[in-house]
Amino acid sequence: MKFWERLGAIDRKIIYTVIGLAVIIPLVTKLTFPIRVSDTVRNAYNSIERLPAGSIVMISIDYDAASGPELQPMLIAVLRHCFKKNIKVILTGHWALGLPLGEIALNQVAAEYHKKYGQDYINIGYRPGYTALIVGIGREIRDFFSTDYKRVPIDSFAFMRRVHNYNEINLLVGLEAGATGDAWVLYAGARYGLKMFFGATGVSAPDLYPYLQAKQIEGILAGLQGAAEYETLINEKGTGTLGMPTQSVVHGLIIIFIILGNISYFVLRRKKE
Amino acid sequence: MRLQIPLIVVLVTGLLLIVTFFIPHEPFGSLEQRFLIWYSIVAGFTMLLGLDSLTRYHLVRIRDKIKGWGFSIVLLLGLFITLGLGFYSWAKYQSPFTLGSPFMFLYTYVIIPLQATMFALLAFFIASAAYRAFRARTTEATLLLVAAVLIMLGRVPLGGWLWHRMVDFADLIPGTHLAGLKNLEIFARINDWIMDIPQTAAKRGIFIGATLGGIVMSIRIILGIERSYISGS
Repeated sequence: MKFWERLGAIDRKIIYTVIGLAVIIPLVTKLTFPIRVSDTVRNAYNSIERLPAGSIVMISIDYDAASGPELQPMLIAVLRHCFKKNIKVILTGHWALGLPLGEIALNQVAAEYHKKYGQDYINIGYRPGYTALIVGIGREIRDFFSTDYKRVPIDSFAFMRRVHNYNEINLLVGLEAGATGDAWVLYAGARYGLKMFFGATGVSAPDLYPYLQAKQIEGILAGLQGAAEYETLINEKGTGTLGMPTQSVVHGLIIIFIILGNISYFVLRRKKE
Repeated sequence: MRLQIPLIVVLVTGLLLIVTFFIPHEPFGSLEQRFLIWYSIVAGFTMLLGLDSLTRYHLVRIRDKIKGWGFSIVLLLGLFITLGLGFYSWAKYQSPFTLGSPFMFLYTYVIIPLQATMFALLAFFIASAAYRAFRARTTEATLLLVAAVLIMLGRVPLGGWLWHRMVDFADLIPGTHLAGLKNLEIFARINDWIMDIPQTAAKRGIFIGATLGGIVMSIRIILGIERSYISGS
């Protein structure tokens, strides 16, 4: 009897220790698993792949450091894909504490592909009131972002002179940890016809599936797995791919814990009966 | 009058915003843009309001030595050091987000690790909570549990690896040639089906319900039936 009781009441310190080891060991041993690419990620990838050189992609940083481990690898992968195809990037964001993450990634990837600020990409920064901004950019971006994040007028950058609203932006990539993606779909997508796809944390990705099914968005990169799949498609291994073995092992362990808890529950219930 | 004027402002603004949203032509188009710019400016000032409210609240806690007042000192120090470094970096480097600025140093070595640590702790809590709470007590709980396990397997490469081992194992039975089944990736397919069909159906229902609720609440506010946002009413 005691064994089954113990099996159903494993001390949380033991669970924490096992999970801790499950996180560390795959990272240290560099365990690898093949990554299967889902249709939702392939569609997102194709929406950039189809764009000709010189097209403009707007990337919205709608997350902060808490969701960085899931979304930052997506940002880096998307930037690599854009720069590889000579696509110009406008970076903005609706989470004030996420913008520095965008700046870090832009500087890192731009250096890899020898891209120049103002010529190949620009960071227009953050302004408060995201719903108003998303609707308002549909008419004129300068009404909200007349300067970049360093207060340099956007008209001083050649490729920005031709950008007035969503008509000149070929695709939006929203990296979402909350509900900002809804506003992008409802206002920029439904009202102005802007094409878009999203990268989202594993928790918020399910919220976006109705939009995907209604063909309001091109694709979804869901969680770290989504980042790993995108890295596989662009053939650039990053932290998404590196994190998958850890996530696999932890998922496996959680399933084992659930099974153990249920075995104990059923044995004890049968004995009581 | 103190009650009527705000109600009239809300009624007129609410109706105007609805009209300008659905009629983009002049003069409504530029009127809408003007409203949106005002909204963005007001949203900026709400941050000052938040700063004021947070500072006052914690100063009172420190003054009255309310239990945990030491944390309030840490919070205010953190708040004003961040603010100070932000302004300094803005003045000296044109933006707080410029790499190499003092604000970015603080962001990289304090804010990122703190936020990442808080979120990472979830993995441990989820593991412990799943072990304790996911018991197949009822049919509904069993459905939830099975769906959760299948999603957990299908969302990561472990599902593919497990499926391949299962096919290899079944292939050991003499006379069977099941290697072709590996391409089925059954756990990934089940994951896709759960996400595409039952999950999306449930989400859509929730969205429609929440949106109808939002519309009803907006109409109540515009017509002045819902007045809880007016202080003292």
